Amino acid sequence: MIQRELYFDHAASCPMRPEALEALHHWSTEVGNPSGSHRAARRARRAIDDARDQLSELCGFEPRGVIFTSGGTEADNLALHGLGKASRGTVVVSAVEHPAVIEPARQLGATLVDVDATGTVNLEAVRSTISHDCRMVSVMAVNNEIGSVQPIATVADLCREFDEDIVVHSDFVQGFSWLDPRTVGARVDAISLSAHKFGGPKGVGALLVSSRCAVRPQLLGGGQEAQRRSGTPNVAGIAAMAVAAQKASNERESEVIRVSRLRDRLIQRLLAACPSAALTRPGPQAAVSPHIVHVNFAGLSSEALLVLCDREGLCASAAASCASGAKANSHVLMAIGVDQSVLNGSLRLSLGYTTTESEIDQAVEVLAACVEKLVAV
Amino acid sequence: MALSGGVDSSVAAAVLLEQGHEVVGITMKLWGGESDSGCCSVSDVDDARRVAQQLDIDHYVFNFSEEFDRYVVDPYVQAHRDNRTPNPCVECNRHLKFDVLLRRCDELGFDAVATGHHARVCRVDGASFVARGADAAKDQSYVLYPLTSSALERVMFPIGHLHKSEVREQATRLGLRTARKPDSQDVCFITHTHGRETFLGDRIALRPGRVVDLEGNEIGTTEAVELVTIGQRRGLNAAGGTEPRYVVDIDPASATVTMGPREALMVDATVLKNMVWARGTRDGEVFAQTSAHGSPARARCMVADDGVELRWDEARVRVAPGQSVVLYVNDCVLGGGIAS
Repeated sequence: MIQRELYFDHAASCPMRPEALEALHHWSTEVGNPSGSHRAARRARRAIDDARDQLSELCGFEPRGVIFTSGGTEADNLALHGLGKASRGTVVVSAVEHPAVIEPARQLGATLVDVDATGTVNLEAVRSTISHDCRMVSVMAVNNEIGSVQPIATVADLCREFDEDIVVHSDFVQGFSWLDPRTVGARVDAISLSAHKFGGPKGVGALLVSSRCAVRPQLLGGGQEAQRRSGTPNVAGIAAMAVAAQKASNERESEVIRVSRLRDRLIQRLLAACPSAALTRPGPQAAVSPHIVHVNFAGLSSEALLVLCDREGLCASAAASCASGAKANSHVLMAIGVDQSVLNGSLRLSLGYTTTESEIDQAVEVLAACVEKLVAV
Repeated sequence: MALSGGVDSSVAAAVLLEQGHEVVGITMKLWGGESDSGCCSVSDVDDARRVAQQLDIDHYVFNFSEEFDRYVVDPYVQAHRDNRTPNPCVECNRHLKFDVLLRRCDELGFDAVATGHHARVCRVDGASFVARGADAAKDQSYVLYPLTSSALERVMFPIGHLHKSEVREQATRLGLRTARKPDSQDVCFITHTHGRETFLGDRIALRPGRVVDLEGNEIGTTEAVELVTIGQRRGLNAAGGTEPRYVVDIDPASATVTMGPREALMVDATVLKNMVWARGTRDGEVFAQTSAHGSPARARCMVADDGVELRWDEARVRVAPGQSVVLYVNDCVLGGGIAS
């Protein structure tokens, strides 16, 4: 068995940037609790406030709009439960949101808005679904399974035009490395971030909220984060997140170009090497985030294929799994209307800032060999 | 190594490693509903995963819940509707463990599938047969009868030669999380809190029925005909009678349960259909076992076109239709079928 590891699951998590690791290490030795008043506390406080300013600048939100959380999921939950006029009932989300949005939305009795076959939210449907009863609309920036880029600025404008009081939130977790949040910062009311998707540590994220939005806290306690999210802040994690965010932001423009090319190379070679492979999402790749390649293999079980790939060191995913870790039917694929055999044979490869051309070529080789092995049986 | 999250499969994996095999742990996700944990619920998958970590082996989880519904749960429900006694563990072995899983493992290039069953493989005249496990009280050869000789070439039972107590000892010595985990009892997809009645009641109509004696006189009622089994004595509102009475027959069409004295249950022969033979049919003297831990009884086996007729050496109570009957010779499983 080969010892190499070909990591193609950046959408799930990506390697920590060395600078972030350094910050994580450095601030882990800091003893202070930011909530205190002595010098040790002030040091720790400074670290998170510097991080706050940094994120604020990188995303186009006010510093006081930055709320640090334990990750993207907590940020999404805080958004869904905590934003918008409490007196208003309804919440509207797209049918392809991440479970961290769908689950709290379901609990709130939300309406799901359909997407088209490319997984893009249907603007007409949004228009016809929102009402004056609507408290919030949440549409993700980039879909984590098939990579579709959503027209969130347009959705925001649409909502704003209809009713000023509707809060627009966007799960920006998959978007940060590839889209500049500043382009939507002024138009949407809130975005969720997750550090480990852009080279920061796992277990830390943020909800960034525009100044016109009040936030009803979900975690109550010592009143940290200006009463909006209690709990001792993860100082080291937050500092590392900011460093990672800065780096990712600096490289974004060039990375988008570089990774788009790698993605195109991957697709071209994969489709040539495997006649049974097809891109799951129809339509031009321009409307897809550069880092996600979603394919399906006719007549094969991707569950079996992934095991074979894993044994050759290729890490990819079927993108949807349940609590037991087994593959589950993807609600995203079902929303874009694929049939069962596509569901069974679907696989996601995702690229990141460490992906190289050589890895692309090796991955295609491994996949092709594994597919052949399965087909032969 | 099929890791169920129980102590038997955990130790089986360790035994294989000790023997120098390259082992990969696989857990099947079979049931998505409520479960008391014991086989394949989410917490069982976690236990299996933890054992795999402790033994330092790779671990994968396969979602076979659709196949499980199709081959195990739906037939279980259907059998009750038809008043047959199902054996879901047999069906799980027949279709899931030693068919779907075995084929998946072939696809993935594995040499064999191992399970933690208390059973062994015996070789006679160059062919493999399922044999009883060393611990008679825990012997699971009965539920393994659907395995043919050719399937057995690719199957291993690493703990079949051990007693349960030895298995638990080994697990404790290895520091495995599952060392003290209780054995899974009963049907894995039915919980103790809700029971069989609720499970079935949610899926099929449970019809009340009349209970009559052998002469056809109505002697009582039952709330759910579908839950009554041949040979059943308790749980029916049957009035009168000085002797114990048993369910002798059930007619689903008219929702009628007939009860009679034990003599009315006695039969000399049982017909089996859906026979699976390990290797080739075989007439002659056998020991036939009619339940998972029942005592085998001597019988003459006569092969017919569509199955087997078993002539019991001694008259015995009727085997409930749908029940599996397994034929042994010298503790090896020749095959088995379903009582009609």
